[in-house]
Amino acid sequence: MNLKTLLAATALGALMAAPALAQQISVKAGVLNDRSGIYADLSGEGSVIAARLAVEDFKAAEKGIKVEIVSADHQNKPDVGSTIARQWYDQDGVDLILDVPTSSVALAVSQITKDKNKIHINSGAGTSDLTGKACSPNTVHWTYDTYALAQGTGGAMVKAGGDSWFFLTADYAFGHALERDATAVITKAGGKVVGAVRTPFPGTDFSSFLLQAQASKAKVIGLANAGGDLTNSVKQASEFGITQGGQKLAGLLTFASDVHALGLQAAQGLVLTESFYWDRDDGTRAWSERFAKLNGGKKPTMVQAGVYSGLLHYLKAVEAAKSKDAAVVMAKMKEMPTDDPLFGKGSIRVNGRKMHPMYLYEVKKPSESKGPWDYYKQIAVLPAEEAFQPLAETGCSLVK
Amino acid sequence: MFELLGVPPQALFGQVLLGLINGSFYAILSLGLAVIFGLLNIINFAHGAQYMMGAFVAWMCLNYLGVNYWAALLIAPVVVGATGIVIERVFLARIAKYDHLYGLLLTFGLALIIQGLFRNYYGSSGLPYGIPPQLTGGQNLGFMFLPTYRGWVVVASLVVCLATWFVIEKTKLGSYLRAATENPTLTQAFGINVPLLVTLTYGFGVALAAFAGVLAAPIYAVNPNMGADLIIVVFAVVVIGGMGSIMGAIVTGFSLGLIEGLTKVFYPEASSTVIFIIMVLVLLVKPAGLFGRAA
Repeated sequence: MNLKTLLAATALGALMAAPALAQQISVKAGVLNDRSGIYADLSGEGSVIAARLAVEDFKAAEKGIKVEIVSADHQNKPDVGSTIARQWYDQDGVDLILDVPTSSVALAVSQITKDKNKIHINSGAGTSDLTGKACSPNTVHWTYDTYALAQGTGGAMVKAGGDSWFFLTADYAFGHALERDATAVITKAGGKVVGAVRTPFPGTDFSSFLLQAQASKAKVIGLANAGGDLTNSVKQASEFGITQGGQKLAGLLTFASDVHALGLQAAQGLVLTESFYWDRDDGTRAWSERFAKLNGGKKPTMVQAGVYSGLLHYLKAVEAAKSKDAAVVMAKMKEMPTDDPLFGKGSIRVNGRKMHPMYLYEVKKPSESKGPWDYYKQIAVLPAEEAFQPLAETGCSLVK
Repeated sequence: MFELLGVPPQALFGQVLLGLINGSFYAILSLGLAVIFGLLNIINFAHGAQYMMGAFVAWMCLNYLGVNYWAALLIAPVVVGATGIVIERVFLARIAKYDHLYGLLLTFGLALIIQGLFRNYYGSSGLPYGIPPQLTGGQNLGFMFLPTYRGWVVVASLVVCLATWFVIEKTKLGSYLRAATENPTLTQAFGINVPLLVTLTYGFGVALAAFAGVLAAPIYAVNPNMGADLIIVVFAVVVIGGMGSIMGAIVTGFSLGLIEGLTKVFYPEASSTVIFIIMVLVLLVKPAGLFGRAA
């Protein structure tokens, strides 16, 4: 009798467990970024940590979703990135690729994702073409883009009286795009561009170009470059007394990790646009504390925060759709509002553009900072509708 | 006021001066390479990594030990030079009798390992290193604002370059070195410890790279790739000057810095390639380099 009951109970138990087992979805997410070059600090291992935190906060295990995270180094080379993306999708069963800084690699991965009908949530790359003429039904561009950077920093500087500009432009696709977008914003706001110099990429010494910018008497020197080029130009501008001489620097793409590398003495006064800063409110602070503990004390950049937020939203969509089919999940992602402590409430447009406010910051003086990583003061908030390109102007084929 | 190709003379003077400043880095780095090649016949591809190590040692001195820039200017070359001596004893001495290619591959491999280690510990975006307080600020020269620190870089590197030239070309020690290169067996027969001379020479060449690294720390970002970006240009400088020629390396270093500076005014897009164009032209006309002796 006792044995019978036990057997029956076991059988019943097994019967009840079975549907739950059948419902179990397992997702494999690949974090593809620069793990050894100039963008390794702003994406790299930190983005993998951010992805793990997303899985933890989503409580995936309790919800019957099994998540596995893999990572790889694309070395900022489109060919390397494409090979990894293909292998991940074809052989390793990866469902979505996250991060992918460096615009040229991002465009390639976005195309492959479309061909293989998977999902790409981009956080690291800049080019607004990802949601413009190269937009894809399988790609979401999460954190920022060149249009928003130009709108934020460019627009604000002109409004503050910086109506004449001289550009130091990194001589490759990204620099040209940024200069183009910023020029459009400046002229629209009533300012003018008095000159530009195309600097070989990557460069070490920018003093010659800075002297040319100084001689132009432009009120603002726009830095349409990134990474090491940006830190070197800022450092040398301070050395040659350019900022002290009254000209303002606009670092169009500056990450918190760049400011950390520069030190406040050289970076002070720099105006920049970001969608995330660790010290913005209690939510971002709490998350960033957890992140920093896992990342050797380094605070997250907006790119890493975007990887967290993007994966979290994806997992919510998988949960709601009870499926990981790319088309179904993408429809859910675009239908559901986004909400997390790092970027607040937002949404995803039909062209794949994630909408959230952008923030305009000024880098603090050394005397205003309370210590390492206390770097920004907020100057203004740009509502999402103002920061990102109006849908009709994007040239994306998904917009009807 | 006359203008040259649309560029006012003040701007031109400024650019010439800046070119000389960059030239001082080329000169001091290519000098180290020339010394090592001339006396050891080794193409030292680790030179860029050793330059980077110089900058990092300066940063470590300041942040871990509280040792200032001036002391680092002495400490970094000694420390990095010592690692060079270890490398020479452990690796290079064993392959001295083989083809150049082995030394090149070995030092290139070492450079990759060293850069990888630094990147692993310190990340890739660089570390801040301030200008020493005695050298902040600058002079208004009328045609440009010259930061004091840049002036110091030119003076320091000129002094170091000329002193090195003097020691090798004009002193007894230098004559031993040159004799050891010409005919090591005979020189050893005269009771001179040739392997020791060779080891010390390599250490000195490496120390020169580290010295340049400390000079560079306050103006360029201290990051693991700083040497890799520069080393190719420096090799071009050495080839143009003539492999192994001491004076050739110094003169070419400064003059190429100057030419590069002027290119930045007239056609900035070409400023990173102009040195290689010159290299091609020189090799076509004088394959041994401007100051080299034909083999």
